[in-house]
Amino acid sequence: MTISIPPTDKVSLQPKGLLRYLSFSLDHKVIGIQYLVCGFLFYLIGGLLASAIRIELTSPMSDFMARDVYNQVLTLHGTIMIFLWIVPVVNGAFGNYLIPFYVGARDMAFPRLNAVAFWLIPPAGLMLISSYFITGAAQSGWTAYPPLSITSPATGQIIWILSVLLLGGSSIFGGINFIATILKLRRPGLKLMQLPMYCWAMLGTSILVVLSTPVLAGTLILLSFDIVAHTGFFNPALGGNVIVYQHLFWFYSHPAVYIMVLPAFGLVSEILPIHCRKPLFGYTTMVYSIMAIVVLGLMVWAHHMFTSGTPPWMRLFFTIATAFIAVPTGIKFFNWVATLWGGRISLNSAVLFSCGFIINFVLGGITGVALAQVPFDVHVHDTYFVVAHFHYVVYGGSVFVIFSSIYHWFPKATGKMLNENLGRIHFFITFIGFNLCFAPQHWLGLNGMPRRVAEYDPQFTFVNQISSFGALLMALSTLPFLWNIFHSSIKGQIAGDNPWEGLTPEWLTSSPPPVENWIGEAPLVTEPYGYGQKDELLELEERTEEVSERAKE
Amino acid sequence: MTTSTKKIEESASLQAVHEEETHGDHRLFGLIAFLIADGMTFAGFFAAYLTFKAVNPLAPEAIYELELPLPTINTILLLLSSATFHRAGKALKTNQAGLCQRWLLITASLGLAFLGSQMIEYFTLPFGLTDNLYASTFYALTGFHGLHVTLGTIMILIVWWQSRSPGGRITSKNDFPLEAAELYWHFVDGIWVVLFIILYLL
Ligand SMILES: [Cu+2]
Repeated sequence: MTISIPPTDKVSLQPKGLLRYLSFSLDHKVIGIQYLVCGFLFYLIGGLLASAIRIELTSPMSDFMARDVYNQVLTLHGTIMIFLWIVPVVNGAFGNYLIPFYVGARDMAFPRLNAVAFWLIPPAGLMLISSYFITGAAQSGWTAYPPLSITSPATGQIIWILSVLLLGGSSIFGGINFIATILKLRRPGLKLMQLPMYCWAMLGTSILVVLSTPVLAGTLILLSFDIVAHTGFFNPALGGNVIVYQHLFWFYSHPAVYIMVLPAFGLVSEILPIHCRKPLFGYTTMVYSIMAIVVLGLMVWAHHMFTSGTPPWMRLFFTIATAFIAVPTGIKFFNWVATLWGGRISLNSAVLFSCGFIINFVLGGITGVALAQVPFDVHVHDTYFVVAHFHYVVYGGSVFVIFSSIYHWFPKATGKMLNENLGRIHFFITFIGFNLCFAPQHWLGLNGMPRRVAEYDPQFTFVNQISSFGALLMALSTLPFLWNIFHSSIKGQIAGDNPWEGLTPEWLTSSPPPVENWIGEAPLVTEPYGYGQKDELLELEERTEEVSERAKE
Repeated sequence: MTTSTKKIEESASLQAVHEEETHGDHRLFGLIAFLIADGMTFAGFFAAYLTFKAVNPLAPEAIYELELPLPTINTILLLLSSATFHRAGKALKTNQAGLCQRWLLITASLGLAFLGSQMIEYFTLPFGLTDNLYASTFYALTGFHGLHVTLGTIMILIVWWQSRSPGGRITSKNDFPLEAAELYWHFVDGIWVVLFIILYLL
């Protein structure tokens, strides 16, 4: 097979045991787990910041923290959650762990570049967080709109730009690696249309990463010139144009939503068929809708700018283009429902989180279509309605899928099962907490409560307190999860190679898998979703036998 | 195992041997993907410049017509260097290490000449980085491109050093570094042509 590095050399060079997770490992599985653990640590920090925001908002006055501290906290919260948790985890963590399995390869196309891409993240994250303690963090939100980002304290803003540039570089390297792995490293005999759906999702996402992230990088370089060298690209006081910043920023940051959510779509498409013993419904339409989302996703950015003096033709174009995205997204939604329909569903934690995702994402999608309509958008722009919509998409969407995926693949990566009861408790507290926290924010936004402000009109106090109570539940829900991970890694039930009786290639090897993924040849899986068919059990038996035979050899 | 799957496996291992030999292909593919990404950075800059030009017109007395002779010479220098780099690649493929090194040195000198003449332009221009929006965009675009030329020239010199025979690591059998540097250099030239048209001619 396509071995990029001679196996013996690789095995002997890598440290063993837990230490290898702190090393410059080239093994895609180790790198995947590095991404996941590192991302989760940042998620905990981002979650603490979110709690601080919700504590502040339990009362209408800014009494918990000073207003400029509040600005720093919300900027750090947004930046950490997007660039250090969701993007690296749905792409880097699961992509690295699964894609080589799915294409039948021993590793990623460029293992060294892969390790470099990961090791850019911790320093960038630490730099970003340390800026809070040293000089004060950036205060202009994760969007860093000028002129605010030019006039607010410069040091924190420059550190913010540097760390986002590093993270963007990491993301681009990862994207290049995924494209090369999926297109070039496929096992001979495996056709593109036989790949598991997550490969397609990652291919689409990586195309978006490679095309849009560099634009953000260029924009931030110009912004840093405005701050450091006092040029006037985006500074109206010096004849610059702030709207150009917004265009360039959203040319990246709208696709960024798909960079966070498309891989989640792919993961759900892997999880549902296994647990309801049915083939994924509408494989071909799924593939085409991913590609349609990629193309349309690059053409809708100005729907974030309807209040920025956009000319009428632009408003019309971007409204229509955005509404079109609902079509492929809707197709995917109906395909998941059809996959569940009539299946023998086992309602375990993985499935619960996936179903939670479907419910939340429909709500987030509907408010998304609503926000694309100019008259409505002008009414709720920069209010809590947008905050609610965004969190329904990225938390209700991506983060629910991350948890679902952890429950699904934990047995593969560790060889131990997670505790189901703790998992269900985790799900119900998260689901209730999440909806309590964010559903009321729609109402707040419709009634005009602006976002990103520490103080608000006292009439909103009660609803804000409900929201904060939901946030408290979300914070608490992390505890059973952490305990579950900790306890199950040590005392969990032994999982066996294939606890879910999956047909995709990662299940056709031991748990945890050996360094080069399989002993002997990689299995050729041409029908990754052949569940519930007559010969399914037969096929599974045959494949498992094959694998164990090889292991004996 | 049935015979048909056996056949697949056999052809698989055959292909595996083949793929290991031509592993450089993936690296070239990765490089192309990277150049697309890099090109998007320039595309963002160009888009910003064109938008500035369309919606933030300068006062007529502040407009400065750029002189054309020097940048035209620069364009010729870069285009020539693309041709000489191509010659270097051909020489390496036909095992003429000495010839290859000579062409590489000529290419690097052309790159340095470009940078020098760019410097001369910078020092003779009557506007500075922060004078106005166009001045800033001009320096940002040409500067970012100049950075690429600088990196490219360094790469050429490394390739030159590594292709000496005997003792260098770059040979007709291991020509990927040269191929990669060449592709990158052509890319930087292509960007210059677009930049020249947009910045100087439009
Ligand atoms: Cu958007």
